[in-house]
Amino acid sequence: MTEPIFDVQRLGYKNGSNQILQGITVQIEKGANLTIAGPSGSGKSTFLRVLATLLTPTEGVVKFAGKKQSTYPKPVYRQQVSYCFQQPTLFGETVRDNLQFPFEIRNQKFDQNKALAGLDSVELKAEMLDQPIIELSGGEKQRVALVRNLLFKPQVLLLDEISAGLDVDTKGVVHRLIQSYRESGVTVLSVTHDESEIAAADDLLRIRDGKIEVPAHE
Amino acid sequence: MNNLIVSPTALAFAVILVVIALAINLKEKIGLERDMIIGVIRAVIQLTVVGYVLTYIIRVNRVWLTGLMVAIIIFNAALNANKRANGIPHAFVISLLAIATATLITILLLVVAGAVRFTPSQIVPISGMIASNAMVAIGLAYRSMNTSFHDQRQGVLERLALGANLKQASKHIVQMAIRTGMAPTIDSAKTVGIVSLPGMMSGLIFAGVDPTKAIMYQIMVTFMLLAATSIGSVIACYLAYPRYYNSDMQLSDRNGSKQQ
Repeated sequence: MTEPIFDVQRLGYKNGSNQILQGITVQIEKGANLTIAGPSGSGKSTFLRVLATLLTPTEGVVKFAGKKQSTYPKPVYRQQVSYCFQQPTLFGETVRDNLQFPFEIRNQKFDQNKALAGLDSVELKAEMLDQPIIELSGGEKQRVALVRNLLFKPQVLLLDEISAGLDVDTKGVVHRLIQSYRESGVTVLSVTHDESEIAAADDLLRIRDGKIEVPAHE
Repeated sequence: MNNLIVSPTALAFAVILVVIALAINLKEKIGLERDMIIGVIRAVIQLTVVGYVLTYIIRVNRVWLTGLMVAIIIFNAALNANKRANGIPHAFVISLLAIATATLITILLLVVAGAVRFTPSQIVPISGMIASNAMVAIGLAYRSMNTSFHDQRQGVLERLALGANLKQASKHIVQMAIRTGMAPTIDSAKTVGIVSLPGMMSGLIFAGVDPTKAIMYQIMVTFMLLAATSIGSVIACYLAYPRYYNSDMQLSDRNGSKQQ
């Protein structure tokens, strides 16, 4: 059996007196496509944020690729475990500012062709590169944000209800892109409320009241 | 310079100006009368005390005493800048370091250049000008950082999630804070002589100094304040922005976060 990409042991997260996650133990295989479902407020997003190191667990251990999460330098880890927000914020003035950022933080020169290929992968036109972000629709913003996350291929993609509120066509574009990354070996963990996504899940992890309800099936 | 005489009677009459300001304040229900009265009383007491202290310091002309006075000015400026920090951890120490560095570097350069002499009559007032301008700049920069880290929390979170280090995640906020801190000094440098005749130059002309000489001093002061506010703002902002994060490179909860 290969080493899991995530080995989560007795994970707990408490915010003040509010116990949000409790006793979560799960192993996630490399290349898995895990769907995380559960009622609102059950702790799904918190779980994803803990995996992304945007929150620090108050109990238990999370291992990534065999090493404790805490042993990785955070920027290195987060570039490999890429978290996509449900309602992303684009920054700067234009789409270009957003697609430049992943290059900037890696001290690399902006590769315009790579950025344009990224836009094309989510069916956005090349002219959009210099479009002001205030002119974008919600679906376009979500797609630009996704490209921003995927310009440099991560090992893991954490998707926090990113298709919620998108129209059917945009959902299709986003799903196709994610599918292509899965096929290239990227581990995908997605939080969703969407019944069709839950029904189509390869592996399902249900969280209720901060605990795993049904373990992911192998 | 003896043509500059403000008699106690003249000062008493000047109180009428304060009464006018108070009357407007009361009529318009602005609610600042208490602060105005406290401000006036404090100004009278503080300036009277400092007048006697300065007279003594200038008369005895001791390096250590001049240094002590400069240190007191810097300390008070840091205390005041700290009040604007609105909870930024270690803001007093950061402000003290920033104001002290800005003041000492600027004074050192002025003394080395021969623009001022190391005498209490020159060093103390100039330190006061530098420290107070740096204090205002740092206070504005803190306020800008607090607002930006609060309003742009999601943007900062996204930058962190993409793998930015703290400097990369905060760069836009720090730049904005430095700009905000320096804006009054830059605006005043742009309009000096056209809109405002600054205090030092006006004071010198008022006291009978040749206006061309007064203007040369004012040019020096303008340069000096530009340097001091930029040094002060940069040091304060770069020392303060990491305080918005915890040791796990996450935004601290002090700006309000929520999980679900």
